[in-house]
Amino acid sequence: MTLGPHASFIIASYIVTAFVVIAMILWIIADYATQRRILRELEARGVRRRSQNASEDTQ
Amino acid sequence: MAVIDLANPTRFLNLINRTLPWLTVLTAAVFIYGLYRVAGAPDDYQQGATVKIMYLHVPAAWLGMMGWGLMTVAAFGTLVWRHPLADVAGKAAAPIGAAFTFICLVTGSLWGRPTWGTYWVWDARLTSVLVLFLLYLGMLALYWTAEDPNRSSRAAAILALVGAVNIPIIKFSVEWWNTLHQPASIMRLGGSAIAPSILWPLLIMAIAFTLLFFTLHLAAMRNEILRRRVRSMRMMQAREQTA
Repeated sequence: MTLGPHASFIIASYIVTAFVVIAMILWIIADYATQRRILRELEARGVRRRSQNASEDTQ
Repeated sequence: MAVIDLANPTRFLNLINRTLPWLTVLTAAVFIYGLYRVAGAPDDYQQGATVKIMYLHVPAAWLGMMGWGLMTVAAFGTLVWRHPLADVAGKAAAPIGAAFTFICLVTGSLWGRPTWGTYWVWDARLTSVLVLFLLYLGMLALYWTAEDPNRSSRAAAILALVGAVNIPIIKFSVEWWNTLHQPASIMRLGGSAIAPSILWPLLIMAIAFTLLFFTLHLAAMRNEILRRRVRSMRMMQAREQTA
């Protein structure tokens, strides 16, 4: 596969796209890890959501 | 499970947790096949190898518009049914739609320089896509600066509905005005004007990018549901401490 005289424009397009997509994936993974960690910490401190308390009360 | 059950955030989270691994594998597989087809696709008789930029630019443009379309549907859910999952869906779509619109603008500029001789012109298609990107940034500012999601949801829904006017403008700009940007060549009356050897890799890449969009959207929705749980638990904690 040869990219011709405008190879730099083609390669730059693929690099920018890959960078944006990978950054988005990493950001979403990091955000998930952060929210899970905070939830675990809150649950360890005994904090419950209102809906959790309600379901425990009815059991 | 009935469809109505998915309106419950906990059940929706369970569905996301079950679906996401499969969707991730499927997305990766379609991307690998799509890139293989792109590598083997012929050059365009006029543009040469720069046509390879099209396999990124066109799907990114479609998904930039689809993202706003999704936010518009979610806005109806927020304003009419006041369902919290609708706002979660809208908020999760905003950064992903913005990212695809950004890719569309950058790859379009990089394609324009060797094809038109310029990175940018203020023609109707390019300007309306730039407006879409600015609308996305406005939406992100609205969501990310609001402390209370209940307060931002209504304003974001109204902005989504107002911004939806721009979507048909983007689509038909090349027909309503004289633009440097080419007219529609894929979805048009009379069929596609693109040769099948170039069209098929484009469609496969479009499917791959669409799968990527929905994979990221579901993952971002999961994050947003968890973020709202954290907020609600912190409020419960604060209430217990002050009581």
